[in-house]
Amino acid sequence: MSQRVSLFVTCLVDQLFPEVGLAMAEVLERLGYETEFREAQTCCGQPAFNSGFVAEARGVARHFLNVFDGAEVIVVPSGSCCSMIRHHFAGLFHKDASSKQATENLAARVYEFSEFLVEVAGIEDVGATFPATATYHDSCHALRDLKLKEQPRRLLRNVRQLELREMELAEECCGFGGTFSVKFEDISADMLDSKIEAILRTGADTVVSIDPSCLMQIRGGLSRRRLPVQTKHLAEILASA
Amino acid sequence: MPDREQVLHKVRTALGRRRSRPPDPPPALSLATADLDLEERARLLIDNFPGQCLRAGSPEEGRQYVSDALAGRRGVASDAPFLRTTGITSLPGVASNIRDESTLRQACLEADVGITSADYALADPGALVLLSTSREDRIVSLLPPVHIAVIPAGCILTGIDDLFHALPDPAAVSSSMVIIAGPSRTGDIEMSLVLGVHGPRELHVVVV
Amino acid sequence: MSSSFHERIDVALRDLTLQSSIQSATARFAEGRRDQVEEPTFGEYQQLRTAANQIKRHTLDNLDYYLEQVETKVVEHGGEVIWCYDGDSAVKAILRIAREHGVSLAVKSKSMTSEEVGLNEALEKEGVEPVETDLGEFIMQLSGERPYHIVAPALHKTRAQIAKLFSEKLGIAYDEEPTRLTMAARRVLRDKFQRAEMGISGANFVVAESGAVVLVENEGNIRLTTSLPRVHVALAGIEKIIPRAGDLAVFLKLLGRSASGQRLTSYTSFLSGSRRDGEISGPEKFYLLLLDNGRSRILADHEKRQTLYCIRCGACSNICPVYRRIGGHAYPGAYSGPIGAILTPQFQGAGHEPELPFASSLCGACAEVCPVKIDIPRMLLALRREVKKAETRDRPFHWEKVGFRVWSWVMQRPKLFEQLGFFAQAVLPSSGRGEWLGSLPGPLKAWTGSRDFPPLAPRSFRQLWRARRPRAATLERESVARSEQTTSRSDSAGRRHA
Repeated sequence: MSQRVSLFVTCLVDQLFPEVGLAMAEVLERLGYETEFREAQTCCGQPAFNSGFVAEARGVARHFLNVFDGAEVIVVPSGSCCSMIRHHFAGLFHKDASSKQATENLAARVYEFSEFLVEVAGIEDVGATFPATATYHDSCHALRDLKLKEQPRRLLRNVRQLELREMELAEECCGFGGTFSVKFEDISADMLDSKIEAILRTGADTVVSIDPSCLMQIRGGLSRRRLPVQTKHLAEILASA
Repeated sequence: MPDREQVLHKVRTALGRRRSRPPDPPPALSLATADLDLEERARLLIDNFPGQCLRAGSPEEGRQYVSDALAGRRGVASDAPFLRTTGITSLPGVASNIRDESTLRQACLEADVGITSADYALADPGALVLLSTSREDRIVSLLPPVHIAVIPAGCILTGIDDLFHALPDPAAVSSSMVIIAGPSRTGDIEMSLVLGVHGPRELHVVVV
Repeated sequence: MSSSFHERIDVALRDLTLQSSIQSATARFAEGRRDQVEEPTFGEYQQLRTAANQIKRHTLDNLDYYLEQVETKVVEHGGEVIWCYDGDSAVKAILRIAREHGVSLAVKSKSMTSEEVGLNEALEKEGVEPVETDLGEFIMQLSGERPYHIVAPALHKTRAQIAKLFSEKLGIAYDEEPTRLTMAARRVLRDKFQRAEMGISGANFVVAESGAVVLVENEGNIRLTTSLPRVHVALAGIEKIIPRAGDLAVFLKLLGRSASGQRLTSYTSFLSGSRRDGEISGPEKFYLLLLDNGRSRILADHEKRQTLYCIRCGACSNICPVYRRIGGHAYPGAYSGPIGAILTPQFQGAGHEPELPFASSLCGACAEVCPVKIDIPRMLLALRREVKKAETRDRPFHWEKVGFRVWSWVMQRPKLFEQLGFFAQAVLPSSGRGEWLGSLPGPLKAWTGSRDFPPLAPRSFRQLWRARRPRAATLERESVARSEQTTSRSDSAGRRHA
């Protein structure tokens, strides 16, 4: 098996959390996949799309299509970006038949990282070891748009020395929501408070998610409160031997 | 343009046409009618009924239950044939056979207990179905603080699907059908349950 | 509403009593719903949602036909249909009916539609006393507030507040006990029911084939409103139609469970026309008002037409992390919660409260619980596009538009993107030890009000990747150069399409 996997390392991961991208590559390579990183990639366009700027999002989406033209399989360490590509790209090109066709071909080949491991590779145990008491936060778009609930949990349960504890309201939003987090800072912060309280009640020392943006929000709150709880992307857990 | 034409014109324009045309048939009704026998339906109703229940072995037993429940208080009964045959309309303290609106309303406002039959009962979820007629008026089950329904076991259907299977268009029978699936209740004050806010606080069914 | 959206949000977030009232009530509703739909014997839940969605779609796609069918059937049953193009016309029609029948007191059962058209104010002005009879609505009417929640109007009120209100307005002794408060309201309202000449209701459903309105409730006030007065007026939005009585088998199962976690509410009334020959009680006159008031405009929008599927169960509000914090009064208009956030802008025009569609993290919990499967987040996104379109039509150099233009331009030029990354690393504050930043200027100031922000990585992923795989990276850089060229080509093509 040496299928080639193209990595989409989202803008947030590229600039703020490169370790997540590297961890994802590590895991995939260890499983025998050949990885490629197309350097012309930038972003999926979601920030503009969610803010109502559709032409601006379309330009970025078209760039994405060009960059990933011909890629067999694309793996993304973010449920939200994956959902953008899979569920919203087509609508951006509804007046442009050839781009629309291209997005539809592409959408079928884009996978969120845990989704790819469990649903495509058929792997639930990557042989990782990570000593921690962890709790898993469901990111909204992974959970509701991509229907990823059990996949990341199964992968976590098979990590050696990791105890997985469910938090209350694991499915409730952390309050990030892109520009919502600054436009409605007060609501966003209140949602974050509830999320952090739920995390603390589990007694876990590690919060795991499959969306860097949720992790940015949650860790931002933990850091402000100086709480000794670390945040990890699933890929980082699975990459540690 | 009169409102009627204006609304219809806007709706048609929205739908991209100039005049109405008969639609394709609506999605097929999926009325899941269960195959329970009468005994099972009666048992389910007793289990599910959101009030007090009695399975009466005979009309006399049913009549006795109502008489005990009345406990000397004032009752008003509808003129349903089944109440007549079970002798409930002739219980002491029970006003019945009232055909005049204001007399009936006054009797219902003053009564402690309203007694009716029902056209149907639903076993699951437990409920009564009453169609308003000259002999089963809609306010008898509404105004008094206690409502007792005395019904023949034969009127019990399995559920709501069976109701619309048996009665595809309630409007063909009466101007008013009510499905009663519990006592009058509210949770509007701090979500605390209070019974009898506007209608009966107590609901009984006697299955004969 | 004099205060701004943000001010109203602020007021709600600061009121801790209010916060706990909303949280506990919505949590109980949401749990009740979840227990019901997850009940193992209720395996048909998802099929029912699909069926409900299809029936609504079919009905709205053929609404002109069904509206005329309703009219024919209502008339057959001795009722009268009044078409109302807008709220004003509905109010005028009700006032005319009140005058014709010499009405001085009208009892009302809960109707969001009557809130929408501002009926009570108009009745009062004409000397007709409107009395809300749903307990929650009665409390709201006494306190001069609008409903806080689609199904539980007084959800935000504590028993102490209600006790104070009742003692002031009803002249009874202060008593916080919910049963005694409820009974006090019952006594007042029983009297109103007996004296009212007109009953005004809404409609949960209008059955086309039967010419009937269907009303769902727990208290019994709707039965009283529609049974005792001589005149019954039902005010229904034109989207409330379902084709057949049998369709209720689908909708009734969904509505009670989704709204209050009940398999079936205490009373479901199926009312067609006025009292018939031989029937003892019931209204002598029945009027059905079919209200458009912007609904046909929503109908014309293919993408957002599904907004009209709503059966007003309130499940979306109960699950919404935003509603559960800002409450019903922060929303403009009669409808609150996620459904209000998509309905109100479509009724009032997106420019009326432009921030409303943005007050969502797009978490999608609302769509997940919606019994008729309205894709609320998708509607919010569509409304956001409309707001921005209107905004930039007026102000082509609006900072946000310019910002996203520049952003988009950069994101299509990977080399520039990378260079800006280098630049940012050089100028942005960084602790150097990877610690998160406690205060940032500009647009990120709002972020650091309550959270720390991550420092830029000292080396971006693409830098690290090159270091990791020097040879592959060289090849990649060449391909970037190639794609830069294609980007500028497709860019001009893109503008043509956009």
